Amino acid sequence: MKFNKAIKNLFIVLFSTLLISACSTAKKANVDTANDVYTGTDTVEFLAKGVPDRIFFATNKSKLTTASRDTLRKQATWMRKNKDVTVTVEGHADERGTREYNLALGERRANAAKDYLMTYGVSGKRISVISYGKERPVNPASSPLAWSQNRRSVTVKAN
Amino acid sequence: MKKIIFILLLSILSWNNAHALITVDITRGNLDPLPIAVSPLHVDTESEKIPSFETSTLGEEISKIIEKNFKSTGLFNPLKKDSFVQKPDIAHLKPRFEDWRLIKAQALVTGKLLIKNNKLKVEFRLWDLTAAKEMVALSFTTTPNNWRRVAHIISDKIYERLTGESGYFDTRIAYVSETGPKNQRVKKLALMDQDGFNTKYLTLGNELVLTPRFNPTNQLVTYLSYFKNMPRVYLLDIETGIQEVVGNFPGMTFAPRFSPDGKKIIMSFAKDGNSDIYSMDLETRVVEQITKHPSIDTSPSYSPDGKYITFNSDRSGLQQIYVMRSDGTQVKRITHGSGLYGTPVWSPRGDLIAFTKVRKGRFYIGVMRSDGTGERLLTENFYQEAPSWSPNGRVLIFYRETKSDSKGKGFSAKLWSIDITGYNERRLKTETDASDPSWSSLLSK
Repeated sequence: MKFNKAIKNLFIVLFSTLLISACSTAKKANVDTANDVYTGTDTVEFLAKGVPDRIFFATNKSKLTTASRDTLRKQATWMRKNKDVTVTVEGHADERGTREYNLALGERRANAAKDYLMTYGVSGKRISVISYGKERPVNPASSPLAWSQNRRSVTVKAN
Repeated sequence: MKKIIFILLLSILSWNNAHALITVDITRGNLDPLPIAVSPLHVDTESEKIPSFETSTLGEEISKIIEKNFKSTGLFNPLKKDSFVQKPDIAHLKPRFEDWRLIKAQALVTGKLLIKNNKLKVEFRLWDLTAAKEMVALSFTTTPNNWRRVAHIISDKIYERLTGESGYFDTRIAYVSETGPKNQRVKKLALMDQDGFNTKYLTLGNELVLTPRFNPTNQLVTYLSYFKNMPRVYLLDIETGIQEVVGNFPGMTFAPRFSPDGKKIIMSFAKDGNSDIYSMDLETRVVEQITKHPSIDTSPSYSPDGKYITFNSDRSGLQQIYVMRSDGTQVKRITHGSGLYGTPVWSPRGDLIAFTKVRKGRFYIGVMRSDGTGERLLTENFYQEAPSWSPNGRVLIFYRETKSDSKGKGFSAKLWSIDITGYNERRLKTETDASDPSWSSLLSK
């Protein structure tokens, strides 16, 4: 039993080293994405000082990352301070999907952001959503980096 | 739609097994296209002159359109006119079959036209040169400015006689015209004849428009418009230009299509991040929710009998194609291959569903039977999607985009077509870049 456990542990250690090394090579290849989600700042604009306007998604996904939640909490704090501000959350997809599915996907991404803002105390009445699907790329290149920058939801002041 | 009046059907064909007439097999890729001679239509010397209209060359022009149509099918090989051996008017009366056979033609089209009292009267015949027989003879009358349609109708009749299936030349394509840089595209609804002529723009480009689709009588187009930044399904009357929003939905509606009887529009409605499929009866305005699932349900398309709907859903986790009864019951996933599947469109014949497949970063247009079996991928590319069927279910039109650099250079969107045999892939000429094609049914039935 003990022997078995030792082997098991050894495997876990081995496996995690492999995983870590895999991660580090992936990072070297492209510093601006992690797990298919853009982590850079090149395209990011600001709603106010220290309040980024956009969050990024993995391909075909609308799950919020830790960084996205952090950005949205900053947006929520800012909106709670500026009670007369209303916003539109624009949902976008990259060009690597069919047009109609991407429209739905953009809508789902915008709503994921809206829901999180509401959880942090912003009234849903102050947030409208719109999906542009793949129609409004930020970066027009056909590259994995551009696609990761285009998979986004952007919070825009509406008033 | 201007009515074309068929005045008389001149010949009644006798099917005679002893003289098996020429036929063209379109069920397989045709690597040996039928050599056909299209004689210029003879212009009757009594024809009237019409201002801004070149009457004398009209017969020549019509024959050129017919040749272009035939060539585009990949099934026919129109022969060069300079080798033609008989004058058009004489050949039309009765060709010297042995002379035409000499230039290796197997079929011959002849005809004549007359313009009188502002009417265009056209007569044509199709001859089987091997059997030395007349196969079709037809005459009809229309207004002179319909002359291109005359050529398309003649093409359809001949295609029908030689292949045994109805044609698709007297048809139009609705599509989205695209101009400007990739990240600031200006999109307009556009309409053209199947051969790229008579382009008309139906919107001005002030708002984003997407995915136009014809109704069964080709008088209406349903599409998505971002008018006032509210993405909604609209209905446009092509003749009057009148546009109206479809239904009163409190959120985005998209992916519209008509039911086969033209009475309903089926579409997706997105609410709180979830897209479901709805239909609206255009007369009663009654809205019906058809799918109810916390996943994306979109791109619905009816079977031609209206009993089933095929659609796109990611309820399994990734985009796949499903079929259900048109009331939303008996939902069944039909795609199980590796990769993502989208944009299912039911063939007008009912036997096949066309789709877009994404696998390992490549895009495919394919067809499969409506139970998901017999998948065949017809074409592979960097990006292509949105197939639409020719009215006879033999050809698919779709759009294809090219790669671009960080400034958007290199980007283009073009319309392409391919036979369901996988042969005869070709680009359709459009005045501007183009996407989201919708193929009409035959304009004259």
